[in-house]
Amino acid sequence: MIPAAFEYYRPKDLSGVISILEEHGDDARVIAGGHSLIPMMKLRMADVPHLIDLQDIPGMSEITVTADAITIGAMTTQHDIIDHDGLATAAPILREAALQIADPQVRYMGTVGGNVANGDPGNDMPGLMQCLNATFTLVGPDGERTVPAREFYEAAYMTAREDEEILTAVTIPTPKGGYAYEKQKRKIGDYATAAAAVQIIKDGDTCTAASIAMTNLSDTPIWSEDAAAALVGTSLDSVALKAAVDAMLVDIDPSEDNRGPVAFKRHVAGVILTRAIERAWSRA
Amino acid sequence: MKDEITSRDDRVANLKGMGCSRKRVEDARFTQGKGNYVDDIKLDGMLFGDFVRSPYAHARIKSVNSEAALKVPGVLAVLTAEDLAPLGLHWMPTLAGDKQMVLADGKVLFQGQEVAFVVAEDRYAAADGIEAVEVEYEELPVIVDPFKSLESDVVLREDTVDENGKATDGAHGPRKHPNHIFTWEVGEKDATEQVIDEADVVATETMYYHRTHPCPLETCGSVASMDKVNGKLTLWGTFQAPHAIRTIVSLISGLEEHNIRVISPDIGGGFGNKVGAYPGYVCSVVASIVTGRPVKWIEDRMDNLMTTAFARDYWMTGKISATKEGKITGLHCNVTADHGGFDACADPTKFPAGFMNICTGSYDIPTAYLAVDGVYTNKAPGGVSYRCSFRVTEAVYFIERMIEVLAIELNMDAAELRRINFIKKDQFPYQSALGWEYDSGDYHTAWDKALKTVDYDGLRAEQAERVEAFKRGETRKIMGIGLSFFTEIVGAGPVKNCDILGLGMFDSCEIRIHPTGSAIARLGTISQGQGHATTFAQILASEIGLPADSITVEEGDTDTAPYGLGTYGSRSTPVAGAATAMAGRKIRAKAQMIAAYLLEVHDDDVEFDVDRFVVKGAPERFKTMKEIAFAAYNQAIPGIEPGLEAVSYYDPPNMTYPFGAYICVMDIDVDTGVTDIRRFYALDDCGTRINPMIIEGQVHGGLTEALAVALGQEIAYDDQGNVKTGTLMDFFLPTAWEVPNYETDHTVTPSPHHPIGAKGVGESPHVGGVPCFSNAVQDAFRPFGLRHTNMPHDHWRIWKTANSLGMHD
Ligand SMILES: Cc1cc2nc3c(=O)[nH]c(=O)nc-3n(C[C@H](O)[C@H](O)[C@H](O)COP(=O)(O)OP(=O)(O)OC[C@H]3O[C@@H](n4cnc5c(N)ncnc54)[C@H](O)[C@@H]3O)c2cc1C
Repeated sequence: MIPAAFEYYRPKDLSGVISILEEHGDDARVIAGGHSLIPMMKLRMADVPHLIDLQDIPGMSEITVTADAITIGAMTTQHDIIDHDGLATAAPILREAALQIADPQVRYMGTVGGNVANGDPGNDMPGLMQCLNATFTLVGPDGERTVPAREFYEAAYMTAREDEEILTAVTIPTPKGGYAYEKQKRKIGDYATAAAAVQIIKDGDTCTAASIAMTNLSDTPIWSEDAAAALVGTSLDSVALKAAVDAMLVDIDPSEDNRGPVAFKRHVAGVILTRAIERAWSRA
Repeated sequence: MKDEITSRDDRVANLKGMGCSRKRVEDARFTQGKGNYVDDIKLDGMLFGDFVRSPYAHARIKSVNSEAALKVPGVLAVLTAEDLAPLGLHWMPTLAGDKQMVLADGKVLFQGQEVAFVVAEDRYAAADGIEAVEVEYEELPVIVDPFKSLESDVVLREDTVDENGKATDGAHGPRKHPNHIFTWEVGEKDATEQVIDEADVVATETMYYHRTHPCPLETCGSVASMDKVNGKLTLWGTFQAPHAIRTIVSLISGLEEHNIRVISPDIGGGFGNKVGAYPGYVCSVVASIVTGRPVKWIEDRMDNLMTTAFARDYWMTGKISATKEGKITGLHCNVTADHGGFDACADPTKFPAGFMNICTGSYDIPTAYLAVDGVYTNKAPGGVSYRCSFRVTEAVYFIERMIEVLAIELNMDAAELRRINFIKKDQFPYQSALGWEYDSGDYHTAWDKALKTVDYDGLRAEQAERVEAFKRGETRKIMGIGLSFFTEIVGAGPVKNCDILGLGMFDSCEIRIHPTGSAIARLGTISQGQGHATTFAQILASEIGLPADSITVEEGDTDTAPYGLGTYGSRSTPVAGAATAMAGRKIRAKAQMIAAYLLEVHDDDVEFDVDRFVVKGAPERFKTMKEIAFAAYNQAIPGIEPGLEAVSYYDPPNMTYPFGAYICVMDIDVDTGVTDIRRFYALDDCGTRINPMIIEGQVHGGLTEALAVALGQEIAYDDQGNVKTGTLMDFFLPTAWEVPNYETDHTVTPSPHHPIGAKGVGESPHVGGVPCFSNAVQDAFRPFGLRHTNMPHDHWRIWKTANSLGMHD
């Protein structure tokens, strides 16, 4: 569990980061909290001859909450999310989800940017961001661009981010309605067996809008448009719930691992989604 | 000296002797990060060694090329089996009478096996060196199933066959097959089979006790320093038995034993994982001899989980017979034990399957038979006792499951079935059908107390209601009541039948009283978190009348401590604790003569009272132990040598037999397989209680390890012999979050043959806890038709049970 030797850089601004990335291409990587990257380096599964620390880049840890949108700097830690009262009021699902990530030690280090940029299907924030229809701001040699979370993930560890781009911020339209982040895991510190992020808007007895995303049930997070559509226009009776679950099950493609076989994961995905919808509905 | 404490109660309290919840003296340094573990040892010029390990579970080694590795900056040497062979160190004896490769000798037998040892200036250079060593492997067919191993044409170990390919004899008798290690039989086969054939009721079950791992917080490691000037080798390491390691090192290296000093510094948990000898120890010694510099070797977590001693991996088939009324008449047990590539368990020589023959449990079973077959496979070696003495956990799990299955067969309540079969109080000492003499017990009292405390009948009524509610579709949660009543066998053991590699399993204590009335005691054991420095001082305080706070307890340095067999299998209190009391009594006997002299009376006219000798009938005339200690050194007493010291080597007359009654109440979500432990009650009877707080701590820890094993902790392999659970992401170590609130309780039935009546408690909670957690899961499904399902009861396996019982339809 000793990484191969690497050069360590700690630039003071983004352009410094970009120039190192440009110079070393594939051989360079940024490090944020390090709680995904360092284990991979220690296992020698990631070979990073040039490691660029983002800790000294100013302005990347801010949280801004307005009536319409929330912006979270990429270097904001999961602990900062839990600790931020404005955020807890504006988008309580963020705190609910962050509290289910890893353990306090990891959350003090792990960042939102690292979590969403990593592209690990086990990470909780990508699905959450898809549910919330977030956009990611990327800065590279050609300047800045934004990519919707729902279009960011291509395959395990493969995202729309170019090698020499840095993810600087996540922007979320301030969510409305009821919410729930439901996660089954084997123990504290474990990635999800199945997790569901749900936002629901209710008008009287009727669901007028919904968004559903699932985690660790495919090689990318799964934003299930059909599952959400199955709820809209209903009063979330058992028929609607079942239709949503059935639609979600069409979209996911879990694989067997130590958490269990595929049949089990599909079953749990259905249970977790049902619970998340019910909880979100009760809060809507 | 003036005696300021007057009341007798005050004097007793001042000693902090037996029965006192004295705070652990170790904790001051542990809670401040001031412990001194093997990896804290830093010596001038120290090098670091680490292994090239095999990615394959079974392969021939065609070549090892170190050229590139030797060019890596900081790499000094790469040792292979070829380098060790001239010294005769490419193989080493195991504690089980087998031998084990130190470095791969032509082939590898398990994934992670040590192939070459890279010695470098630091661990970073060593890691780069390891990457650069080129090993050419030729893959061989992999066997991970012990039953298939016994039928396979593939011979795993070339040293198990003669030149005609016929299986040779092993350390414990003839082999049935080249991949077979031993057969061990106890009890009466024919008589047992006859009883079972003729019985009213017979229950049969096959269960797999999965492979797991003790996973101590600190991994294994060593630092070897060979001083070429004076010819002395100092070896620090994670050794649960430092003296045994010294003797083994002497035997295999040819160094004289007085030239070897073995030191176990602070040890961060052992649980059996640190009893055996590992290739890393040998290689650090050889590397130090070769380089003339100290060499450190420390495992990382994956090395520890994948290659050092595992536990369990027992396939057990049982038959239990009873009368219609539920009186058990016979027990038959057949075990196939997977030992991996080498037989490296640490059982006493005459017990190749440890004390598995305690499997008649707490019950009066007149006829029984046990047969165990040990088998080689392509898995890591080990088979140690993980927080239990020598396969006791397997035995207790087996019988506590068989009782449950028999209860199903009889359609009877499992608590009642236990009660009518318990060995009765007046049957002790009790001779078991499989050869043990249980020293003392009062099972009915303990059981009744446990059932009453948890309101057992109320729980059963609630469970019955829950079953109905489930059937009506009102809940998806079912409820289980886990029962377990265990009898432990600890304190190995009487030298007449217990030895490891020929070393008798006595233990020892040496005491020196200082002139001012404080003392140092040294023992042959070594604490790994059990709090010996606290409890052994308490035993002595009560025996010699000096405050525990004035007694230093020191262990683990073979140059200073008396010879002993170390700490594992709850043997420290039963054996070394007895030696401590006996040494204390020798001190007291001499103190009595000194006191009599000082008080100018006959020896028989003084008697011991808490912290002093008093003249019988005249309590105002006394000499305190402090005064006596001073006189022992500074006053010429005719006929008595100066000084106050004693040493005792204690060969226990029998094992001790702690017992306990555990009850677990669990709710299970049948849709997700998630378990929720609502209540856990643990009644332990460990005989005389030395430090109730330490006992409680031991019980909490042991139960937590039991929960881990029962609910998810396993070393799993795929069919190519790849370890699937090599990191803590997949290997389950519970945190405070997963652990329930434990309720502890006790009864006290002292051991009649132990000087202070203590029986040992370190492993009881694990031994009794595993079946209790497992039985809770299984009991929840009993109303829905389950008979038995194997551990670990993790989410998906519980889900699978529910699914197979049609509970998701
Ligand atoms: C024991 C343990 C348990 C865990 N459990 C969970 C869990 O349950 N759920 C969960 O979601 N996560 C879990 N994690 C992961 C944790 O949340 C990580 O911290 C997080 O995934 C990555 O954030 P980081 O800041 O540590 O990123 P790093 O490890 O520093 O980086 C991760 C990857 O993202 C890239 N990266 C980082 N920041 C940027 C950026 N701004 N722009 C572009 N690329 C960037 C890096 O180059 C790297 O490839 C766990 C981690 C551990 C150690």
